[in-house]
Amino acid sequence: MPAQSARPTDVYFFATCVVDQFFPGAGMDAITLLERQGIRVHFPEEQTCCGQPAYTSGFPDEARKVAAHQLTLFPNDWPVVVPSGSCAGMMKHHYPTLFAKDPARKTAAEKLSARIYEFTQFLVEVLNFQPEDVGGECTVVLHTSCSARREMGVHLTGRRLLGDLAHVTVAQQDHESECCGFGGTFSVKQPEISAAMVEDKVKSLKATGAERVVSADCGCLMNILGHTAWKDQQEGRAKPSLPGEHIATFLLRRTAKENAQ
Amino acid sequence: MNAPQTPHALHFMPSAGFRARARDVVENPFLRQSFRGAMDFLMSKRAAQFPDPEELESLRSLGERIRQYNLAKLPELLETLETNLTRNGIKVHWAETPEEANAIILGICQKHSARLMVKGKSMVSEEIELNHAAEAAGIGALESDMGEYIVQLAGEKPSHIIMPAIHKTKEQIAKLFHENVPGVEYTDNVDALIQIGRQVLREKFEIADIGLSGVNFAVAETGTLCLVENEGNGRMCTTAPPVHIAITGIEKIVEKLEHVPPLLSLLTRSATGQNISTYFNMISRPRQPGEKDGPGEVHLVLLDNGRSQAYADEQLRKTLQCIRCGACMNHCPVYTRIGGHAYGTTYPGPIGKIISPHMLGLEATAGLTTASSLCGACGEVCPVKIPIPDLLIRLREEAFSEPQANPAMRGQGAGHNGLISAVWRGWSAVYSSPALYRTASWLASRFRWLTPRRQGGWTSVRTPLQPAPKRLRDLIKERN
Repeated sequence: MPAQSARPTDVYFFATCVVDQFFPGAGMDAITLLERQGIRVHFPEEQTCCGQPAYTSGFPDEARKVAAHQLTLFPNDWPVVVPSGSCAGMMKHHYPTLFAKDPARKTAAEKLSARIYEFTQFLVEVLNFQPEDVGGECTVVLHTSCSARREMGVHLTGRRLLGDLAHVTVAQQDHESECCGFGGTFSVKQPEISAAMVEDKVKSLKATGAERVVSADCGCLMNILGHTAWKDQQEGRAKPSLPGEHIATFLLRRTAKENAQ
Repeated sequence: MNAPQTPHALHFMPSAGFRARARDVVENPFLRQSFRGAMDFLMSKRAAQFPDPEELESLRSLGERIRQYNLAKLPELLETLETNLTRNGIKVHWAETPEEANAIILGICQKHSARLMVKGKSMVSEEIELNHAAEAAGIGALESDMGEYIVQLAGEKPSHIIMPAIHKTKEQIAKLFHENVPGVEYTDNVDALIQIGRQVLREKFEIADIGLSGVNFAVAETGTLCLVENEGNGRMCTTAPPVHIAITGIEKIVEKLEHVPPLLSLLTRSATGQNISTYFNMISRPRQPGEKDGPGEVHLVLLDNGRSQAYADEQLRKTLQCIRCGACMNHCPVYTRIGGHAYGTTYPGPIGKIISPHMLGLEATAGLTTASSLCGACGEVCPVKIPIPDLLIRLREEAFSEPQANPAMRGQGAGHNGLISAVWRGWSAVYSSPALYRTASWLASRFRWLTPRRQGGWTSVRTPLQPAPKRLRDLIKERN
């Protein structure tokens, strides 16, 4: 684990395009949670997307153009908190490679790379967040994205945050480290295989008997919750059989007295 | 029970049919469960061999360094290998293509008026479709590895590079033996089946004219061919028949004998979860005067078949670090769902996706590059640290970019589609311009009710995606 950085007063928040457009609540909750830790959160208005969809699809020029724009958004030397392991991984590990042939931007990318934190990683490693659980007894299951696990190496931080909640039990699913089948354009280009993967993932999550699934990646959540909702529709259930949310939303609710269940 | 139907014709299938073949397996609950069970077993065996993550990491780094060191010196090492093998009395042949390799092997067979060749397990012989070529030349080619023997009886190709018959149940094997081996009653007792196979093969080892094998490591400084195996059939193939022909890809070379033990340890532990294989053969020369056994003639065929193309590019060269352990397929969530045949290539799974384009060209394999969620499980377990996900991204770029002059790969641009490229250019224009993005995302939220309800493959098992009524930036503005 990297040495704990000095506690910053300000951070940038890079929401990701998925959170901005599809999970704005998760973004808001992450910001609120950070602010409650006494951090000033700056949201650069001009942010768009990290560029990962084009990059992983084999269109590096198109990705570079989008990434180059994001490089200009974080002038101060503050940490950049990203509520997604996947987009954080792109900015931390692939930006320097993407600009390998552009010395000025490569330097900027390397400097930015050192300041990128995945949300749960930031809470644990930088803020040493100690949540006080005000919720009732609850069992949840955590899905960690492949990028958080293998690219960012932060698969333990989400578990640590949930484990610190006094009244929350974290269930253990089988094949925990296996991909949910999202993979960005993979889910559209290979829908049959992706479907098989998400079916198996949801079965594993449900088999734990957990009340809800939480994840720090909205891409995985779109996939897992989208399949769960579809299955509920198919089988005529009005109530979600496995509700789910971003870990920021869950943590905020568990630790905010006015929101206590 | 429907096994994935592999065409009996031994020809590589283009990636165009990949989705349909994958779907056939995915929709078969029996096969799904069977692959999952087999892969779970292999993963747990490997994990038990590497209890200490730090030791594993340092061993993987060592494996990577050894492979990279040897690849960096490859041209020189190949010459040294040839010199030392020749000095030891082993004849070296060079083949650029599968056709050339087959011609060399069949030429040796014909010189000896051979009628039967027994084969130890060799994926390179699968790569050149040697059995097919031998049959056409009137020479019997018999697989002696139990898994290979089974898939040969079934008229199939291996579905896994280490466990060729992993897709078969014991009942299917029982039926195959009963129907194809004269005088064999139906039994699905595994031990009995293995004994039947061994008996058939034992007789053939005695009468075979040629023994063929692969090579796991070719040691340049000593002129030694190393062969890893578990069944003893490899040793039979390389010692019983009067002529031994070994075949391998040009990348399987190491400079020094001391490079072998770490790679061997990584190989057996990663592949089958064994501390060491039952047999480890080191072949340095043909039978010498006064020796009681061993072949009088030993040949080595060194095959290129696209490997030089991978070698020429700094990034793509990493593909050649592979020691063929198969751990990447055992840990791949895609392979686990579809098995090996769906890929339609000799080498399936993650390694197959990155090596096959060099052998077959991107024309035939562009589609395979998309069959990955880039989850990274393959790269995480690779004993020589091949960055498989990064290579897949690179191959996507090679496949889908506009055709260029002097490309790094055969078939570059084969998957190029003007419309898709235009969509990405448009996407890039919107997401690199804050003003355009603001407008586009505002419109998407404002008119969210216009979002199509059917969204291609996404909605086949998921509810449609729909933008939230307000974007995060709107929520932030409202709050402030």
